[in-house]
Amino acid sequence: MNAHLQPTGSAYFITKETQEQERHTLSVLVDNEPGILARVVGLFSARGYNIESLTVSETEHGRRLSRITVVVIATPKTLIQIKLQLERLVPVHKVHDLTAEGASIERELALIKVAGSGEHRAETLRLADAFRAHIVDATVESFVFEVTGKPDKIDSFIALMQPLGLVEVVRTGLAAISRGPQGM
Amino acid sequence: MAERMTGAEMVIQALTDQGVEHIFGYPGGAALPIYDAMFQQDVVQHILVRHEQGATHMAEGYARSTGKCGVVLVTSGPGATNAVTGLTDALMDSIPMVCITAQVPTTLIGSDAFQECDTVGITRSCTKYNYLVKRVEDLPRIMHEAFLIATTGRPGPVVIDIPKDVQFALGDYYKPDLETLRHQSYRPQVDGDAAAIEAAVDLMLKAERPIFYTGGGVINAGPEASKHLRELAELTGFPVTSTLMGLGAFPASNPQWMGMLGMHGTYEANWAMHDCDVMINIGARFDDRITGRIDAFSPNSRKIHVDIDPSSINKVVRVDVPIIGDCERVLSEMVRVWRSKTNQPRTEAIAPWWNQIEKWRAVNSLGYKNSDTVIKPQYAIERLYEMSKKQGKEVFITTEVGQHQMWAAQHFHFDQPNHWMTSGGLGTMGYGLPAAVGVQVAHPDALVIDIAGEASVQMTMQEMSTAVQYRLPIKIFILNNERMGMVRQWQDLLHGSRYAHSYSESLPDFVKLAEAYGGKGIRCENPAELDAAIAEMFDYDGPVLFDVIVEKDENCLPMIPSGKPHNEIILPDTANIGDIIDEKGRQLV
Ligand SMILES: Cc1ncc(C[n+]2csc(CCOP(=O)(O)OP(=O)(O)O)c2C)c(N)n1
Ligand SMILES: [Mg+2]
Repeated sequence: MNAHLQPTGSAYFITKETQEQERHTLSVLVDNEPGILARVVGLFSARGYNIESLTVSETEHGRRLSRITVVVIATPKTLIQIKLQLERLVPVHKVHDLTAEGASIERELALIKVAGSGEHRAETLRLADAFRAHIVDATVESFVFEVTGKPDKIDSFIALMQPLGLVEVVRTGLAAISRGPQGM
Repeated sequence: MAERMTGAEMVIQALTDQGVEHIFGYPGGAALPIYDAMFQQDVVQHILVRHEQGATHMAEGYARSTGKCGVVLVTSGPGATNAVTGLTDALMDSIPMVCITAQVPTTLIGSDAFQECDTVGITRSCTKYNYLVKRVEDLPRIMHEAFLIATTGRPGPVVIDIPKDVQFALGDYYKPDLETLRHQSYRPQVDGDAAAIEAAVDLMLKAERPIFYTGGGVINAGPEASKHLRELAELTGFPVTSTLMGLGAFPASNPQWMGMLGMHGTYEANWAMHDCDVMINIGARFDDRITGRIDAFSPNSRKIHVDIDPSSINKVVRVDVPIIGDCERVLSEMVRVWRSKTNQPRTEAIAPWWNQIEKWRAVNSLGYKNSDTVIKPQYAIERLYEMSKKQGKEVFITTEVGQHQMWAAQHFHFDQPNHWMTSGGLGTMGYGLPAAVGVQVAHPDALVIDIAGEASVQMTMQEMSTAVQYRLPIKIFILNNERMGMVRQWQDLLHGSRYAHSYSESLPDFVKLAEAYGGKGIRCENPAELDAAIAEMFDYDGPVLFDVIVEKDENCLPMIPSGKPHNEIILPDTANIGDIIDEKGRQLV
């Protein structure tokens, strides 16, 4: 029954995990109160869970609710624990595992600064157009692009900009929501 | 109706409204307004401790022996940091506690002011919840919500950090309607799912080798839960074992009782856990001291797990029938459903199982070789148990941490819940003496005994002074082996008997120390004189430090070494292994 676990459950002998890790996006509805982010982040560090990305912002001002979107990498067993441990926090209303629950939309926004001249500049603009990146700042020797999309689309755009004079990148982290009429 | 008062007065008013009679604390600059408000009333009685850690353990002892919330009041900075061990202890053992910490004025927060520390930051991970009160308007709601959170669901400690200016500020005090004013996200589930309970009972009805594995959750759910457990055990005829934290929920004098399980649990309890076909876990959490090696833990059983904390379920061991709910409610439902399905215990069907259990029992795994020249620690506890029963008083036991704690769990027997106080999850040396003080505050006429080790007791020794001040006649029964016995045992087991710093060197003269505090000291090293000395301890109307000089190198057995499966249990050499263990098994031992 517990065969997926290696020898022990003891602080004195280290247990080896044999389950594969997966990447999941969790959406956490919380009371927007002081310390809430520290509580959530503290839980992750205290219990040794890996956070890949975390975004937080107030979503319903009247009810003082915030939505935290967190991307975690964990084994299926740990994923369940993460959800239950989050739900144990007093100001947490709900936790949804968007990845497990089926179709969801995931978006991220990035601001990308590229400097260059001549041939590079033209190539940069052609690629930006293909990725529907908006120019939000331009000088004779630089652009700042705003690009929105799934994280891997942003990854590829950044990779393409690398040889064309990439200066720096800022990313918002993931925002995610389930498809269909139902809310959280 | 709102009433105008200062924040400090609100604190006292809220405590009064919560029915708090005793609080354990220590003053300091930032807490003075609250102390001033306390001075001007006599409903809430304050017990002045000697160290804030002591206050937290007293509150734990108080809470566990009464079922009420323990309350602590400390000042900012070092007052708050000294409370951290007890808060963590209460979190690990699910003890309801409200700890009020004073804070520097809001205007100074973040400026590294004198005696400022980030109390909410420091205590975030060792509390169930914590608050920094920034406005006096929030104080009434927070005070009452704190008690709600500490005492409901899976109980735990809650910190309320109150800056000094908030204590001085005037505001309206009211009793909040917590249905609307509390965190709407906080809704612990207390009623178990009916279908799951039905499924559990169906499993139990077919069981051939069943076992009840009960834990601290049964104690936390209140005395009614213990009653239902007894009823269910009687109805079913199943054997019962319990964790360290659950002792007393089921009477040790009942023939269905198998003793404690786990690392130092009985042979029969551990083997029955290993071989059972249906395990009914009520309010325990598959702690590593219980399971040993997880992949070898009870490999062939179907498991039912009742727990109020959903995160406890499937955390360590995967179970077949999870039931989230309060043990009291779920047990009473189990009793009802069982009754609706049968009016017979499964006596016949499980007779072979009981036969097997009796064979394991015959091994006598708690046996030890007594001596007439030196006091064996097990013997000392046996005598303490026998003699305490004849005192005509309610008896409460607290312990420190180490071998003496395990011997107490093995050889002192409990027939009622809430009479055994020990630090299980955190294993905090220094818990027992202050916990005894807390118990005695709640039960002034009871016989309260701290079964201690000479090393542990020195960690919070100064609370002897609190006991003397408040005339609390606690009995501190030190099993003095001049060793950190449990550490020494592990060094023998795993580190080639290299006793790195596990001696108790330069021990104080405990008799003189007791007298210096204004209590009584007794020393005994002769088994023949032990009874008389224990009688002397009981007869003295005041705190006693009893230094029992015991065998120095006794091992605490049986023992399942950490990370080993149950069949690698080490038995005492007095065990009657007869035909139970074959040659191969004996080699393992
Ligand atoms: C605060 C704290 N520090 C260290 C430990 C580790 N520890 C566990 S038992 C023990 C020795 C306890 O010695 P003693 O109180 O004399 O009890 P004995 O085992 O001899 O009965 C130690 C150091 C602990 N549990 N708590
Ligand atoms: Mg000792």
